[in-house]
Amino acid sequence: MSRSLSLNLGLCVVILAAMLLSLMAGKVWIPLDAWIAGDPRWPIIAELRLPRTVLAALVGAGLGLSGAAMQGYLRNPLADPGLFGVSSGAALGAVISLYFGYAAAPWLLPASALAGAAITMALLALLVGQSGSIIVFTLAGVILSSVAGSMTALAISLAPTPFATAQIVTWLMGALTDRSWDDVRLALPLLALGCLLLAFTGRTLDALTLGESAARSMGVDPRRLQLLIVIGVALCVGASVATAGIIGFVGLIVPHLVRPFVGNRPSAVLLPSALAGALLLLLADSLVRAIPTVSELRLGIAMSMLGGPFFLVLLLRMRRRFA
Amino acid sequence: MSVLAVEGITLRLGGRRVLGPISAAFAPGRVTAVLGPNGAGKSSLLACLAGLHTPDEGQVLLGGQPRSTFALRDLARQIGLLPQGGDVHWDVDVATLVALGRYPHRPRWGKTEADRQAVARAMKATDTARFASRTMTALSGGERARVLMARVLAGEPQWLLADEPLANLDPAHQLETLACLRDVARGGAGVIVVLHDLGHALRVADEILLLCDGEAIAQGAPDAVLTPERIAATYSVAAEIGTTPDGERFIVTSSMAR
Repeated sequence: MSRSLSLNLGLCVVILAAMLLSLMAGKVWIPLDAWIAGDPRWPIIAELRLPRTVLAALVGAGLGLSGAAMQGYLRNPLADPGLFGVSSGAALGAVISLYFGYAAAPWLLPASALAGAAITMALLALLVGQSGSIIVFTLAGVILSSVAGSMTALAISLAPTPFATAQIVTWLMGALTDRSWDDVRLALPLLALGCLLLAFTGRTLDALTLGESAARSMGVDPRRLQLLIVIGVALCVGASVATAGIIGFVGLIVPHLVRPFVGNRPSAVLLPSALAGALLLLLADSLVRAIPTVSELRLGIAMSMLGGPFFLVLLLRMRRRFA
Repeated sequence: MSVLAVEGITLRLGGRRVLGPISAAFAPGRVTAVLGPNGAGKSSLLACLAGLHTPDEGQVLLGGQPRSTFALRDLARQIGLLPQGGDVHWDVDVATLVALGRYPHRPRWGKTEADRQAVARAMKATDTARFASRTMTALSGGERARVLMARVLAGEPQWLLADEPLANLDPAHQLETLACLRDVARGGAGVIVVLHDLGHALRVADEILLLCDGEAIAQGAPDAVLTPERIAATYSVAAEIGTTPDGERFIVTSSMAR
Protein backbone atom coordinates (compact mmCIF):
# COMPACT_ATOMS: atom_id res chain seq x y z
CA MET A 1 0.00 0.00 0.00
CA SER A 2 1.41 3.42 -0.90
CA ARG A 3 2.23 5.88 1.86
CA SER A 4 -0.39 8.27 0.52
CA LEU A 5 -3.16 5.67 0.68
CA SER A 6 -2.17 4.50 4.16
CA LEU A 7 -2.12 8.09 5.42
CA ASN A 8 -5.54 8.85 3.93
CA LEU A 9 -7.09 5.67 5.34
CA GLY A 10 -5.45 6.29 8.72
CA LEU A 11 -6.79 9.85 8.77
CA CYS A 12 -10.32 8.61 7.96
CA VAL A 13 -10.23 6.23 10.93
CA VAL A 14 -8.89 8.92 13.28
CA ILE A 15 -11.53 11.38 12.01
CA LEU A 16 -14.28 8.91 12.92
CA ALA A 17 -12.78 8.57 16.39
CA ALA A 18 -12.50 12.37 16.70
CA MET A 19 -16.15 12.71 15.67
CA LEU A 20 -17.16 10.33 18.45
CA LEU A 21 -15.05 12.34 20.90
CA SER A 22 -16.64 15.55 19.63
CA LEU A 23 -20.11 14.12 20.28
CA MET A 24 -19.18 13.14 23.82
CA ALA A 25 -17.25 16.28 24.79
CA GLY A 26 -18.86 19.43 26.16
CA LYS A 27 -20.04 21.07 29.36
CA VAL A 28 -21.83 17.79 29.98
CA TRP A 29 -19.82 14.64 29.17
CA ILE A 30 -22.13 12.20 27.44
CA PRO A 31 -20.76 8.64 27.35
CA LEU A 32 -21.38 6.26 24.45
CA ASP A 33 -23.97 4.20 26.35
CA ALA A 34 -26.32 7.19 26.43
CA TRP A 35 -26.61 7.11 22.64
CA ILE A 36 -29.65 4.98 22.55
CA ALA A 37 -33.07 6.22 21.60
CA GLY A 38 -35.07 7.15 24.65
CA ASP A 39 -32.15 8.44 26.70
CA PRO A 40 -33.03 11.97 27.84
CA ARG A 41 -29.61 13.20 26.70
CA TRP A 42 -30.17 12.02 23.12
CA PRO A 43 -31.58 15.40 21.87
CA ILE A 44 -28.33 17.06 23.05
CA ILE A 45 -26.41 14.76 20.73
CA ALA A 46 -28.79 14.79 17.76
CA GLU A 47 -29.76 18.45 17.71
CA LEU A 48 -26.82 20.28 19.30
CA ARG A 49 -23.65 18.25 19.01
CA LEU A 50 -24.08 16.30 15.78
CA PRO A 51 -24.59 19.35 13.51
CA ARG A 52 -21.64 21.05 15.23
CA THR A 53 -19.45 17.98 14.74
CA VAL A 54 -20.43 17.61 11.10
CA LEU A 55 -19.87 21.32 10.49
CA ALA A 56 -16.44 21.22 12.16
CA ALA A 57 -15.39 18.37 9.86
CA LEU A 58 -16.79 20.09 6.75
CA VAL A 59 -15.27 23.50 7.49
CA GLY A 60 -11.93 21.98 8.46
CA ALA A 61 -11.81 19.92 5.26
CA GLY A 62 -12.70 22.94 3.11
CA LEU A 63 -10.08 25.16 4.77
CA GLY A 64 -7.39 22.45 4.69
CA LEU A 65 -7.96 21.72 1.00
CA SER A 66 -8.09 25.43 0.12
CA GLY A 67 -4.80 25.99 1.93
CA ALA A 68 -3.09 23.13 0.08
CA ALA A 69 -4.44 24.35 -3.28
CA MET A 70 -3.37 27.95 -2.60
CA GLN A 71 0.13 26.89 -1.54
CA GLY A 72 0.44 24.73 -4.67
CA TYR A 73 -0.89 27.48 -6.92
CA LEU A 74 1.27 30.26 -5.51
CA ARG A 75 4.18 27.80 -5.02
CA ASN A 76 4.62 29.29 -1.59
CA PRO A 77 4.43 27.29 1.65
CA LEU A 78 3.27 30.41 3.52
CA ALA A 79 0.21 31.00 1.32
CA ASP A 80 -3.14 30.91 3.08
CA PRO A 81 -6.70 30.72 1.71
CA GLY A 82 -7.35 34.12 3.30
CA LEU A 83 -4.67 35.68 1.10
CA PHE A 84 -6.90 36.68 -1.78
CA GLY A 85 -9.50 38.51 0.22
CA VAL A 86 -12.54 36.22 0.05
CA SER A 87 -12.54 35.51 3.78
CA SER A 88 -12.19 39.23 4.56
CA GLY A 89 -15.00 39.97 2.08
CA ALA A 90 -17.24 37.32 3.65
CA ALA A 91 -16.44 38.68 7.11
CA LEU A 92 -17.30 42.21 5.96
CA GLY A 93 -20.67 40.96 4.64
CA ALA A 94 -21.43 39.34 8.00
CA VAL A 95 -20.25 42.40 9.93
CA ILE A 96 -22.53 44.67 7.87
CA SER A 97 -25.50 42.46 8.73
CA LEU A 98 -24.58 42.64 12.43
CA TYR A 99 -24.03 46.41 12.18
CA PHE A 100 -27.55 47.01 10.86
CA GLY A 101 -29.07 44.44 13.18
CA TYR A 102 -30.14 42.23 10.27
CA ALA A 103 -28.76 39.21 12.05
CA ALA A 104 -32.11 38.95 13.86
CA ALA A 105 -33.22 36.54 11.14
CA PRO A 106 -30.91 33.53 11.47
CA TRP A 107 -30.33 33.09 7.72
CA LEU A 108 -29.40 36.74 7.07
CA LEU A 109 -25.91 36.65 8.56
CA PRO A 110 -24.65 33.67 6.52
CA ALA A 111 -26.44 35.02 3.44
CA SER A 112 -24.67 38.40 3.85
CA ALA A 113 -21.35 36.63 4.37
CA LEU A 114 -21.85 34.60 1.19
CA ALA A 115 -22.80 37.79 -0.69
CA GLY A 116 -19.59 39.41 0.62
CA ALA A 117 -17.55 36.42 -0.58
CA ALA A 118 -19.24 36.45 -4.01
CA ILE A 119 -18.69 40.22 -4.47
CA THR A 120 -15.01 39.87 -3.49
CA MET A 121 -14.60 36.98 -5.91
CA ALA A 122 -16.19 39.00 -8.73
CA LEU A 123 -13.94 42.00 -7.95
CA LEU A 124 -10.91 39.72 -7.89
CA ALA A 125 -11.82 38.30 -11.32
CA LEU A 126 -12.33 41.86 -12.61
CA LEU A 127 -8.98 43.09 -11.25
CA VAL A 128 -7.02 40.10 -12.56
CA GLY A 129 -8.73 40.25 -15.97
CA GLN A 130 -7.51 37.92 -18.68
CA SER A 131 -3.86 37.94 -17.62
CA GLY A 132 -3.78 34.67 -15.67
CA SER A 133 -0.72 36.12 -13.91
CA ILE A 134 -0.02 34.81 -10.41
CA ILE A 135 1.63 38.09 -9.34
CA VAL A 136 -1.38 40.20 -10.41
CA PHE A 137 -3.64 37.66 -8.66
CA THR A 138 -1.71 37.91 -5.38
CA LEU A 139 -1.56 41.71 -5.46
CA ALA A 140 -5.28 41.99 -6.26
CA GLY A 141 -6.02 39.63 -3.35
CA VAL A 142 -3.89 41.64 -0.93
CA ILE A 143 -5.63 44.88 -2.01
CA LEU A 144 -9.13 43.41 -1.58
CA SER A 145 -8.18 41.84 1.73
CA SER A 146 -6.88 45.10 3.15
CA VAL A 147 -9.85 47.15 1.85
CA ALA A 148 -12.34 44.67 3.35
CA GLY A 149 -10.32 44.61 6.60
CA SER A 150 -10.38 48.40 6.88
CA MET A 151 -14.12 48.52 6.17
CA THR A 152 -14.66 45.93 8.92
CA ALA A 153 -12.60 48.05 11.34
CA LEU A 154 -14.68 51.09 10.31
CA ALA A 155 -17.91 49.21 11.03
CA ILE A 156 -16.62 48.26 14.49
CA SER A 157 -15.57 51.81 15.33
CA LEU A 158 -18.88 53.31 14.10
CA ALA A 159 -21.13 50.57 15.53
CA PRO A 160 -24.44 52.09 16.73
CA THR A 161 -24.38 50.42 20.17
CA PRO A 162 -21.76 48.81 22.41
CA PHE A 163 -23.78 45.62 22.05
CA ALA A 164 -23.32 45.67 18.26
CA THR A 165 -19.57 46.25 18.72
CA ALA A 166 -19.32 43.30 21.11
CA GLN A 167 -21.40 41.14 18.77
CA ILE A 168 -19.17 41.96 15.78
CA VAL A 169 -15.90 41.43 17.65
CA THR A 170 -17.10 38.14 19.12
CA TRP A 171 -18.36 36.89 15.76
CA LEU A 172 -15.07 37.76 14.07
CA MET A 173 -13.24 35.43 16.44
CA GLY A 174 -14.92 32.45 14.80
CA ALA A 175 -16.78 29.64 16.55
CA LEU A 176 -19.06 26.69 16.00
CA THR A 177 -21.17 27.33 19.09
CA ASP A 178 -24.92 26.78 18.67
CA ARG A 179 -24.70 25.76 15.02
CA SER A 180 -27.70 23.84 13.72
CA TRP A 181 -28.60 21.56 10.82
CA ASP A 182 -29.57 24.72 8.88
CA ASP A 183 -25.91 25.75 8.91
CA VAL A 184 -24.90 22.28 7.71
CA ARG A 185 -27.48 22.45 4.91
CA LEU A 186 -26.08 25.84 3.84
CA ALA A 187 -22.40 24.89 3.98
CA LEU A 188 -22.51 21.33 2.62
CA PRO A 189 -23.38 21.95 -1.06
CA LEU A 190 -21.04 24.95 -1.33
CA LEU A 191 -18.13 23.14 0.31
CA ALA A 192 -18.74 20.00 -1.75
CA LEU A 193 -18.70 21.96 -5.01
CA GLY A 194 -15.63 23.97 -3.94
CA CYS A 195 -13.73 20.82 -2.94
CA LEU A 196 -14.68 19.11 -6.21
CA LEU A 197 -13.32 22.03 -8.26
CA LEU A 198 -10.08 22.10 -6.25
CA ALA A 199 -9.67 18.32 -6.63
CA PHE A 200 -9.49 18.87 -10.41
CA THR A 201 -6.49 21.20 -10.06
CA GLY A 202 -4.10 18.54 -8.69
CA ARG A 203 -2.15 17.54 -11.78
CA THR A 204 -2.01 21.10 -13.10
CA LEU A 205 -0.57 22.25 -9.77
CA ASP A 206 2.07 19.53 -10.15
CA ALA A 207 3.02 20.93 -13.58
CA LEU A 208 3.32 24.39 -12.03
CA THR A 209 6.16 23.03 -9.88
CA LEU A 210 8.40 23.71 -12.90
CA GLY A 211 7.41 27.39 -13.08
CA GLU A 212 4.88 29.21 -15.21
CA SER A 213 6.78 29.06 -18.52
CA ALA A 214 7.43 25.32 -18.39
CA ALA A 215 3.86 24.64 -17.24
CA ARG A 216 2.38 26.65 -20.10
CA SER A 217 4.63 24.87 -22.59
CA MET A 218 3.27 21.60 -21.19
CA GLY A 219 -0.28 22.60 -22.11
CA VAL A 220 -1.43 24.22 -18.84
CA ASP A 221 -4.04 26.92 -19.43
CA PRO A 222 -3.22 29.49 -16.70
CA ARG A 223 -6.59 31.26 -16.95
CA ARG A 224 -8.56 28.03 -16.54
CA LEU A 225 -6.43 27.05 -13.54
CA GLN A 226 -6.86 30.47 -11.96
CA LEU A 227 -10.62 30.30 -12.45
CA LEU A 228 -10.82 26.86 -10.80
CA ILE A 229 -8.70 28.03 -7.87
CA VAL A 230 -10.61 31.31 -7.37
CA ILE A 231 -14.07 29.71 -7.51
CA GLY A 232 -13.06 26.60 -5.54
CA VAL A 233 -11.35 28.53 -2.74
CA ALA A 234 -14.10 31.18 -2.68
CA LEU A 235 -16.81 28.54 -2.27
CA CYS A 236 -14.91 26.73 0.51
CA VAL A 237 -13.81 29.84 2.37
CA GLY A 238 -17.08 31.71 1.80
CA ALA A 239 -19.14 28.81 3.18
CA SER A 240 -16.73 28.39 6.11
CA VAL A 241 -16.80 32.06 7.11
CA ALA A 242 -20.58 32.23 6.64
CA THR A 243 -21.17 29.39 9.08
CA ALA A 244 -18.21 29.55 11.47
CA GLY A 245 -16.68 33.03 11.22
CA ILE A 246 -12.98 33.57 10.67
CA ILE A 247 -10.92 30.54 11.66
CA GLY A 248 -7.34 31.18 10.70
CA PHE A 249 -4.28 28.96 10.45
CA VAL A 250 -6.06 25.73 9.41
CA GLY A 251 -5.26 26.20 5.71
CA LEU A 252 -1.77 27.37 6.53
CA ILE A 253 -0.76 24.66 9.01
CA VAL A 254 -2.37 21.52 7.64
CA PRO A 255 -0.36 21.14 4.37
CA HIS A 256 2.85 21.41 6.44
CA LEU A 257 1.63 18.61 8.70
CA VAL A 258 0.99 16.18 5.84
CA ARG A 259 4.04 16.90 3.62
CA PRO A 260 6.48 14.84 5.76
CA PHE A 261 4.26 11.80 5.04
CA VAL A 262 3.31 12.26 1.37
CA GLY A 263 6.11 14.42 -0.01
CA ASN A 264 5.96 17.83 -1.63
CA ARG A 265 4.06 17.02 -4.84
CA PRO A 266 1.10 19.43 -4.72
CA SER A 267 -1.52 16.92 -5.91
CA ALA A 268 -0.43 14.40 -3.26
CA VAL A 269 -0.96 17.02 -0.54
CA LEU A 270 -4.58 17.91 -1.48
CA LEU A 271 -6.66 15.00 -0.10
CA PRO A 272 -4.66 14.44 3.11
CA SER A 273 -4.84 18.21 3.77
CA ALA A 274 -8.64 18.08 3.54
CA LEU A 275 -8.73 15.10 5.93
CA ALA A 276 -6.17 16.56 8.34
CA GLY A 277 -8.05 19.89 8.28
CA ALA A 278 -11.24 18.11 9.31
CA LEU A 279 -9.38 16.26 12.08
CA LEU A 280 -7.65 19.40 13.37
CA LEU A 281 -10.87 21.38 13.62
CA LEU A 282 -12.75 18.48 15.24
CA LEU A 283 -10.07 18.14 17.91
CA ALA A 284 -9.75 21.91 18.45
CA ASP A 285 -13.54 22.28 18.76
CA SER A 286 -13.71 19.40 21.25
CA LEU A 287 -10.89 21.03 23.22
CA VAL A 288 -12.56 24.46 23.47
CA ARG A 289 -15.69 22.76 24.79
CA ALA A 290 -13.82 20.64 27.29
CA ILE A 291 -11.73 23.49 28.76
CA PRO A 292 -13.49 24.63 31.96
CA THR A 293 -13.88 28.36 31.18
CA VAL A 294 -16.80 30.58 32.21
CA SER A 295 -17.82 31.24 28.61
CA GLU A 296 -16.68 28.89 25.88
CA LEU A 297 -13.29 29.73 24.37
CA ARG A 298 -13.73 30.90 20.74
CA LEU A 299 -12.47 28.38 18.19
CA GLY A 300 -10.74 31.09 16.12
CA ILE A 301 -8.72 32.12 19.19
CA ALA A 302 -7.81 28.52 19.96
CA MET A 303 -6.55 28.01 16.39
CA SER A 304 -4.48 31.20 16.56
CA MET A 305 -2.98 30.01 19.86
CA LEU A 306 -2.02 26.73 18.18
CA GLY A 307 -0.81 28.47 15.02
CA GLY A 308 1.69 30.80 16.72
CA PRO A 309 3.81 28.07 18.36
CA PHE A 310 3.54 25.96 15.21
CA PHE A 311 5.16 28.69 13.16
CA LEU A 312 7.79 29.19 15.83
CA VAL A 313 8.78 25.53 15.39
CA LEU A 314 8.80 25.98 11.59
CA LEU A 315 11.02 29.05 11.94
CA LEU A 316 13.47 27.26 14.24
CA ARG A 317 13.66 24.34 11.79
CA MET A 318 14.29 26.70 8.86
CA ARG A 319 16.96 28.53 10.85
CA ARG A 320 18.73 25.24 11.53
CA ARG A 321 18.58 24.35 7.82
CA PHE A 322 20.07 27.70 6.76
CA ALA A 323 22.72 27.70 9.50
CA MET B 1 7.56 14.72 -39.94
CA SER B 2 6.18 18.26 -40.06
CA VAL B 3 8.27 21.38 -40.36
CA LEU B 4 8.25 24.09 -37.71
CA ALA B 5 8.45 27.60 -39.11
CA VAL B 6 7.93 31.26 -38.32
CA GLU B 7 6.51 33.44 -41.06
CA GLY B 8 7.16 37.17 -40.81
CA ILE B 9 6.67 37.26 -37.02
CA THR B 10 7.16 40.38 -34.93
CA LEU B 11 6.97 40.45 -31.14
CA ARG B 12 6.67 43.58 -29.00
CA LEU B 13 7.06 43.46 -25.23
CA GLY B 14 6.31 46.55 -23.14
CA GLY B 15 5.88 48.57 -26.34
CA ARG B 16 9.41 47.70 -27.56
CA ARG B 17 10.05 45.47 -30.54
CA VAL B 18 12.12 42.53 -29.30
CA LEU B 19 11.84 40.24 -32.29
CA GLY B 20 11.27 40.42 -36.02
CA PRO B 21 10.16 40.75 -38.58
CA ILE B 22 11.67 37.32 -38.98
CA SER B 23 10.98 34.25 -41.12
CA ALA B 24 12.74 30.95 -40.63
CA ALA B 25 12.04 27.24 -41.04
CA PHE B 26 13.41 24.38 -38.95
CA ALA B 27 13.87 20.84 -40.19
CA PRO B 28 13.18 17.69 -38.17
CA GLY B 29 16.07 15.36 -37.34
CA ARG B 30 18.51 18.27 -37.19
CA VAL B 31 20.07 20.41 -34.46
CA THR B 32 19.59 24.10 -35.15
CA ALA B 33 21.57 26.43 -32.92
CA VAL B 34 20.10 29.91 -32.41
CA LEU B 35 22.95 32.35 -31.81
CA GLY B 36 23.24 36.07 -31.27
CA PRO B 37 24.43 38.61 -28.71
CA ASN B 38 22.45 39.38 -25.54
CA GLY B 39 19.11 40.96 -26.39
CA ALA B 40 19.14 39.61 -29.96
CA GLY B 41 15.74 37.94 -29.47
CA LYS B 42 16.84 34.30 -29.13
CA SER B 43 14.72 33.47 -26.08
CA SER B 44 11.80 35.47 -27.51
CA LEU B 45 11.95 33.38 -30.69
CA LEU B 46 11.89 30.18 -28.63
CA ALA B 47 9.00 31.54 -26.53
CA CYS B 48 7.03 32.24 -29.73
CA LEU B 49 7.75 28.76 -31.07
CA ALA B 50 6.71 27.18 -27.75
CA GLY B 51 3.51 29.20 -27.60
CA LEU B 52 4.46 31.30 -24.55
CA HIS B 53 4.11 34.51 -26.58
CA THR B 54 1.72 35.24 -29.40
CA PRO B 55 3.46 37.27 -32.11
CA ASP B 56 2.00 40.71 -32.82
CA GLU B 57 2.36 40.08 -36.54
CA GLY B 58 2.98 36.98 -38.63
CA GLN B 59 2.41 33.41 -37.52
CA VAL B 60 4.08 30.26 -36.26
CA LEU B 61 3.40 27.25 -38.47
CA LEU B 62 3.55 23.60 -37.46
CA GLY B 63 3.32 21.25 -40.42
CA GLY B 64 2.01 24.14 -42.49
CA GLN B 65 -0.87 24.80 -40.07
CA PRO B 66 -0.99 27.99 -37.95
CA ARG B 67 -0.09 27.22 -34.33
CA SER B 68 -3.32 28.89 -33.16
CA THR B 69 -5.34 26.07 -34.77
CA PHE B 70 -3.86 23.51 -32.34
CA ALA B 71 -5.28 22.85 -28.88
CA LEU B 72 -2.81 23.67 -26.06
CA ARG B 73 -2.49 19.99 -25.13
CA ASP B 74 -1.87 18.88 -28.76
CA LEU B 75 0.80 21.51 -29.18
CA ALA B 76 2.46 20.47 -25.91
CA ARG B 77 2.61 16.86 -27.12
CA GLN B 78 4.57 17.97 -30.18
CA ILE B 79 6.78 20.73 -28.79
CA GLY B 80 8.81 20.30 -25.58
CA LEU B 81 10.47 23.32 -23.98
CA LEU B 82 13.46 23.28 -21.65
CA PRO B 83 13.29 26.83 -20.27
CA GLN B 84 16.22 28.89 -19.10
CA GLY B 85 16.98 28.71 -15.39
CA GLY B 86 15.19 25.45 -14.63
CA ASP B 87 12.99 26.48 -11.70
CA VAL B 88 11.74 23.72 -9.43
CA HIS B 89 9.49 25.20 -6.75
CA TRP B 90 8.82 22.13 -4.61
CA ASP B 91 11.54 19.74 -3.54
CA VAL B 92 10.11 16.65 -5.23
CA ASP B 93 12.04 13.46 -6.01
CA VAL B 94 13.66 12.91 -9.39
CA ALA B 95 11.19 10.21 -10.56
CA THR B 96 8.22 12.50 -9.80
CA LEU B 97 9.81 15.41 -11.61
CA VAL B 98 10.64 13.42 -14.75
CA ALA B 99 7.09 12.00 -14.79
CA LEU B 100 5.76 15.57 -15.01
CA GLY B 101 6.96 15.50 -18.62
CA ARG B 102 4.04 13.17 -19.38
CA TYR B 103 1.50 15.87 -18.42
CA PRO B 104 0.31 16.48 -22.01
CA HIS B 105 -0.15 12.73 -22.62
CA ARG B 106 -1.54 11.36 -19.40
CA PRO B 107 -5.23 10.72 -18.76
CA ARG B 108 -6.84 12.80 -16.00
CA TRP B 109 -6.43 10.06 -13.39
CA GLY B 110 -3.65 7.48 -13.13
CA LYS B 111 -0.92 6.70 -15.64
CA THR B 112 -0.62 4.28 -18.53
CA GLU B 113 2.06 1.73 -19.39
CA ALA B 114 3.15 4.05 -22.23
CA ASP B 115 3.78 6.79 -19.63
CA ARG B 116 5.91 4.47 -17.49
CA GLN B 117 7.95 3.34 -20.46
CA ALA B 118 8.50 6.88 -21.76
CA VAL B 119 9.73 8.00 -18.32
CA ALA B 120 12.06 4.98 -18.10
CA ARG B 121 13.47 5.72 -21.58
CA ALA B 122 14.04 9.39 -20.73
CA MET B 123 15.83 8.49 -17.48
CA LYS B 124 17.98 5.94 -19.29
CA ALA B 125 18.92 8.43 -22.03
CA THR B 126 20.02 10.99 -19.45
CA ASP B 127 21.51 8.46 -17.01
CA THR B 128 19.29 9.71 -14.19
CA ALA B 129 17.65 6.42 -13.16
CA ARG B 130 20.30 5.70 -10.52
CA PHE B 131 19.25 8.70 -8.43
CA ALA B 132 15.51 8.45 -9.14
CA SER B 133 14.58 8.51 -5.45
CA ARG B 134 16.74 11.48 -4.50
CA THR B 135 15.11 14.89 -4.14
CA MET B 136 16.05 17.81 -6.37
CA THR B 137 17.89 19.74 -3.64
CA ALA B 138 20.16 16.73 -3.08
CA LEU B 139 21.54 16.90 -6.64
CA SER B 140 24.59 18.66 -8.05
CA GLY B 141 24.14 21.28 -10.80
CA GLY B 142 25.04 18.78 -13.51
CA GLU B 143 22.67 16.10 -12.20
CA ARG B 144 19.91 18.67 -11.90
CA ALA B 145 20.37 19.77 -15.53
CA ARG B 146 20.15 16.14 -16.67
CA VAL B 147 16.95 15.58 -14.70
CA LEU B 148 15.36 18.66 -16.24
CA MET B 149 16.37 17.40 -19.68
CA ALA B 150 14.85 13.99 -18.82
CA ARG B 151 11.58 15.74 -17.94
CA VAL B 152 11.34 17.20 -21.46
CA LEU B 153 12.41 13.95 -23.12
CA ALA B 154 9.73 12.02 -21.17
CA GLY B 155 7.14 13.93 -23.20
CA GLU B 156 8.72 12.45 -26.37
CA PRO B 157 8.19 15.68 -28.30
CA GLN B 158 8.74 15.93 -32.04
CA TRP B 159 10.43 19.27 -31.36
CA LEU B 160 12.80 19.98 -28.50
CA LEU B 161 13.40 23.65 -27.75
CA ALA B 162 16.22 24.27 -25.26
CA ASP B 163 17.01 27.76 -23.98
CA GLU B 164 20.66 27.98 -22.93
CA PRO B 165 20.83 24.43 -21.55
CA LEU B 166 24.59 24.72 -20.94
CA ALA B 167 24.39 27.66 -18.50
CA ASN B 168 26.15 26.91 -15.18
CA LEU B 169 27.49 23.55 -16.37
CA ASP B 170 31.16 22.53 -16.30
CA PRO B 171 32.81 21.56 -19.63
CA ALA B 172 32.23 17.82 -19.17
CA HIS B 173 28.52 18.28 -18.44
CA GLN B 174 28.22 20.74 -21.32
CA LEU B 175 29.54 18.11 -23.71
CA GLU B 176 27.22 15.47 -22.20
CA THR B 177 24.21 17.73 -22.71
CA LEU B 178 25.20 18.50 -26.30
CA ALA B 179 25.63 14.78 -26.99
CA CYS B 180 22.16 14.19 -25.59
CA LEU B 181 20.70 16.84 -27.92
CA ARG B 182 22.46 15.20 -30.87
CA ASP B 183 20.96 11.83 -29.86
CA VAL B 184 17.49 13.36 -29.78
CA ALA B 185 17.96 14.71 -33.30
CA ARG B 186 19.33 11.35 -34.43
CA GLY B 187 16.08 9.84 -33.17
CA GLY B 188 14.19 12.01 -35.66
CA ALA B 189 13.08 14.96 -33.51
CA GLY B 190 13.93 18.53 -34.43
CA VAL B 191 16.18 20.29 -31.89
CA ILE B 192 16.34 24.07 -31.62
CA VAL B 193 18.85 25.20 -29.03
CA VAL B 194 19.89 28.67 -27.89
CA LEU B 195 23.66 28.75 -27.33
CA HIS B 196 26.22 31.37 -26.41
CA ASP B 197 29.36 29.37 -27.11
CA LEU B 198 30.17 29.72 -30.81
CA GLY B 199 32.58 26.75 -30.69
CA HIS B 200 29.88 24.42 -29.37
CA ALA B 201 27.51 25.63 -32.07
CA LEU B 202 30.11 25.03 -34.75
CA ARG B 203 30.71 21.47 -33.59
CA VAL B 204 27.21 20.34 -32.68
CA ALA B 205 24.74 22.13 -34.92
CA ASP B 206 23.62 20.99 -38.34
CA GLU B 207 22.39 24.48 -38.96
CA ILE B 208 22.80 27.90 -37.35
CA LEU B 209 20.33 30.77 -37.15
CA LEU B 210 22.16 33.98 -36.31
CA LEU B 211 20.09 36.79 -34.80
CA CYS B 212 20.93 40.42 -34.11
CA ASP B 213 18.53 43.13 -32.89
CA GLY B 214 15.60 40.76 -33.31
CA GLU B 215 16.29 40.03 -36.96
CA ALA B 216 17.81 37.02 -38.71
CA ILE B 217 21.25 37.87 -40.04
CA ALA B 218 21.89 34.46 -41.56
CA GLN B 219 20.68 30.87 -41.51
CA GLY B 220 22.51 27.88 -42.93
CA ALA B 221 25.38 25.46 -42.40
CA PRO B 222 27.68 26.39 -39.45
CA ASP B 223 30.74 27.03 -41.64
CA ALA B 224 28.78 29.25 -43.97
CA VAL B 225 27.13 31.31 -41.20
CA LEU B 226 30.00 31.66 -38.72
CA THR B 227 32.62 33.58 -40.64
CA PRO B 228 35.11 35.94 -38.90
CA GLU B 229 33.53 38.91 -40.69
CA ARG B 230 29.99 38.06 -39.62
CA ILE B 231 31.07 37.33 -36.03
CA ALA B 232 32.85 40.71 -35.93
CA ALA B 233 29.78 42.50 -37.29
CA THR B 234 27.35 40.73 -34.90
CA TYR B 235 29.31 40.37 -31.65
CA SER B 236 31.93 43.13 -32.07
CA VAL B 237 34.74 40.64 -31.37
CA ALA B 238 37.59 39.34 -33.51
CA ALA B 239 37.31 35.61 -34.25
CA GLU B 240 39.75 33.04 -35.49
CA ILE B 241 38.35 29.75 -36.74
CA GLY B 242 40.52 26.65 -36.92
CA THR B 243 40.61 22.86 -36.85
CA THR B 244 42.32 20.62 -34.28
CA PRO B 245 44.54 17.70 -35.40
CA ASP B 246 41.49 15.48 -34.64
CA GLY B 247 39.43 17.41 -37.13
CA GLU B 248 37.35 19.26 -34.45
CA ARG B 249 36.45 22.83 -35.40
CA PHE B 250 37.07 25.60 -32.87
CA ILE B 251 36.69 29.35 -32.58
CA VAL B 252 38.91 31.69 -30.54
CA THR B 253 37.53 35.15 -29.90
CA SER B 254 39.37 38.27 -28.74
CA SER B 255 38.67 41.97 -28.33
CA MET B 256 38.78 43.88 -31.55
CA ALA B 257 41.80 46.18 -32.04
CA ARG B 258 40.66 49.76 -31.78
